[in-house]
Amino acid sequence: MNTIPIYAPLLLDKKEYLTSGHRACQGCAEALAVRLVMKALGRDTIVAMATGCMEIISSSLPTTAWQVPWIHVAFENAPAVITGCESGMKAMMRKKKIREKKINFVSMGGDGATADIGMGQLSGAMERGHNCIYICYDNEAYMNTGIQRSSSTPYGATTTTTPAGHDTIGQMTNKKNMPKIAVAHEIPYVATACPSYPFDLIRKLKKASEINGPAYIHIMSVCPTGWRIDPDEAIKYGRLIVESCVFPLYEVENGEYYINYIPEKIPVKEYLKGQGRFRHLKESDIGRIQERVDKEYSSLLKIAKTGDSSECK
Amino acid sequence: MDKRTIGVEVSIAIAEAVAQADVDLIAAYPITPQTHIVEHLSELVAEGRLDAEFVPVESEHSAMSVCCGSSAVGARTFTSTSSQGLALMAEIFFIAPSMRLPIVMALANRSLSAPLSIWNDHSDVMMVRDAGWIHIFTENGQDSYDNIFCSFRIAEDPAVMLPVAVNVDGFILTHMIEPIKYVSDKLVKKYLPEFQMKDALHPDSPLSMGCFAMPEIYTETQKAREEAVLGSYDVVVRAWKEWGELTGRNYSPVETYRTNDADICYVTMGSLSENAMMAVDALRNKGEKVGLIKIRLWRPFPFNDFFSAVNGKAGLIVIDRAMSFGGPGGPLALELRSALYGKQSAPQIVNFIAGFAGRDVTRDDFMSIMIEAKTRFAKDDTSGYVFYGVRE
Repeated sequence: MNTIPIYAPLLLDKKEYLTSGHRACQGCAEALAVRLVMKALGRDTIVAMATGCMEIISSSLPTTAWQVPWIHVAFENAPAVITGCESGMKAMMRKKKIREKKINFVSMGGDGATADIGMGQLSGAMERGHNCIYICYDNEAYMNTGIQRSSSTPYGATTTTTPAGHDTIGQMTNKKNMPKIAVAHEIPYVATACPSYPFDLIRKLKKASEINGPAYIHIMSVCPTGWRIDPDEAIKYGRLIVESCVFPLYEVENGEYYINYIPEKIPVKEYLKGQGRFRHLKESDIGRIQERVDKEYSSLLKIAKTGDSSECK
Repeated sequence: MDKRTIGVEVSIAIAEAVAQADVDLIAAYPITPQTHIVEHLSELVAEGRLDAEFVPVESEHSAMSVCCGSSAVGARTFTSTSSQGLALMAEIFFIAPSMRLPIVMALANRSLSAPLSIWNDHSDVMMVRDAGWIHIFTENGQDSYDNIFCSFRIAEDPAVMLPVAVNVDGFILTHMIEPIKYVSDKLVKKYLPEFQMKDALHPDSPLSMGCFAMPEIYTETQKAREEAVLGSYDVVVRAWKEWGELTGRNYSPVETYRTNDADICYVTMGSLSENAMMAVDALRNKGEKVGLIKIRLWRPFPFNDFFSAVNGKAGLIVIDRAMSFGGPGGPLALELRSALYGKQSAPQIVNFIAGFAGRDVTRDDFMSIMIEAKTRFAKDDTSGYVFYGVRE
């Protein structure tokens, strides 16, 4: 532990760009993810954020937790807002109205903003080829409005709009594969990450900031409140979702898949158990989920090469 | 000043004005009848005549969102829309003024669905009347062109910092070829200085925009928004005055035509005013004491100018090109009635809803409206409204 003050600054910016004092729930992995993202991107970053947990908890007037320029306009339009920032600044720099400077243009949203209401605008921003990073913080439901399902909610999860009951298992359909949709846009960089693997996350964000063109990062952000787990278990469940191959860590560079971490592959049951949102599942349901995870993961392994895994251990 | 007068389609003239204003970003999504404006701008960018980013977005909602981002970093920003496009961007249309973003938009006014119609009325702008934008109505091609410069000047004034909509009647103006007196770039430079935004988003001076507000503070933000809109009035008047000094073309919040000794006045907005003027002339030739009051500045509403204009008049005939369904009539009439409520010797108002979805309101229609209005004034039957010209 004594070595941390010596080495940590070499690995990581000591400055905080999302400062403490925000209003996130205890154990919020999304707040941790944002903090790590901002450490990776540094001060020369402009953030456009979608309406959602993170906007609510970090920007309550007259305070702000943001130490970088930050803008929130509405729920579905963060990617469009950031492309406005990027293009507006590009024009002004070209016309010498402002000084040339490399700036990271980043928009962020939760899974609802990304996979549901804002998908058209995200698609537009990626298709137009702006030099912007989009980050999805995926906690698998509309958490700050009271845990309603999104199209990123996994099969079998109970939410307040897909409650498990006598006649239903909860969420009846499979989770939308957003990274795959991003890849289909033929953008230069797509990656998955999780704050339980902080150095892998940071490396991916740094890479995204160096790439010219759109980048999409899908970050699994465990939500203790919505997942019905204890606040001190967010990191553990972030590890379990990766270890069980429900959420593999990979990156896609110009269409080429690279898997960053090939775990021992624990049974999906190990990940599901203990989460209140899955507690109603029967063995047969878990079997069905396991089957799908196996299928998805093996098809990923088939197309993926082994990528940089140095930060995943 | 450059005295070039060119016969040109009004949309093209508007686009030329936007280019002369040296905008940094144009967000564009196609919708009739504003298309020619952004099409011409895209050509100007493609030809290198305008150094700006042209962002062809995937929806009007995104167009306004891109404008918000662009304006927030301090770039001079323009977009244009109509009707359903405005309806789609309405959410962000309301947010832009609250965030004090000086976007300029040409709003080619068009009716709203259903049934689908691409032609002109004011249903679209009235839907977003209360958003906090400054709304200017133009009457012809020349003032559509001129008011682009004035709008940037007003929007970007540090005391204002609000978006401005230049309302241009779709087709009736946008697709008309008119003689337009262009101004020189030199004149534009003099009138419209380079935009320097005080609180722009930049890493060197981080700030948060568009925050979340608890009940403890939301009311105060809205009061600030209201004061900004009201406070813009002086800047609007000053901007028009200086434009008049430079070009000889004068605009004011409420304009009058042959009203000095008039007993009855039409009240109109937008391109209807030109036909109304012809009707006034014809009626004057018959010896009738009639005039015309044109509302050019719709928001902030110029109450005092309006009171001066109607002082001593017996009756007003308010022509609305929109409707508040199930309500008291057209939005202009209800506004004027409420402005005059309780005023001593206020003129009577009769309200006509006319010119929906591009249906002509000709000089003769105005004269028929006068006959009908006079009957109502005589019978003291001035409440409600008349849906003019309905085939029953």
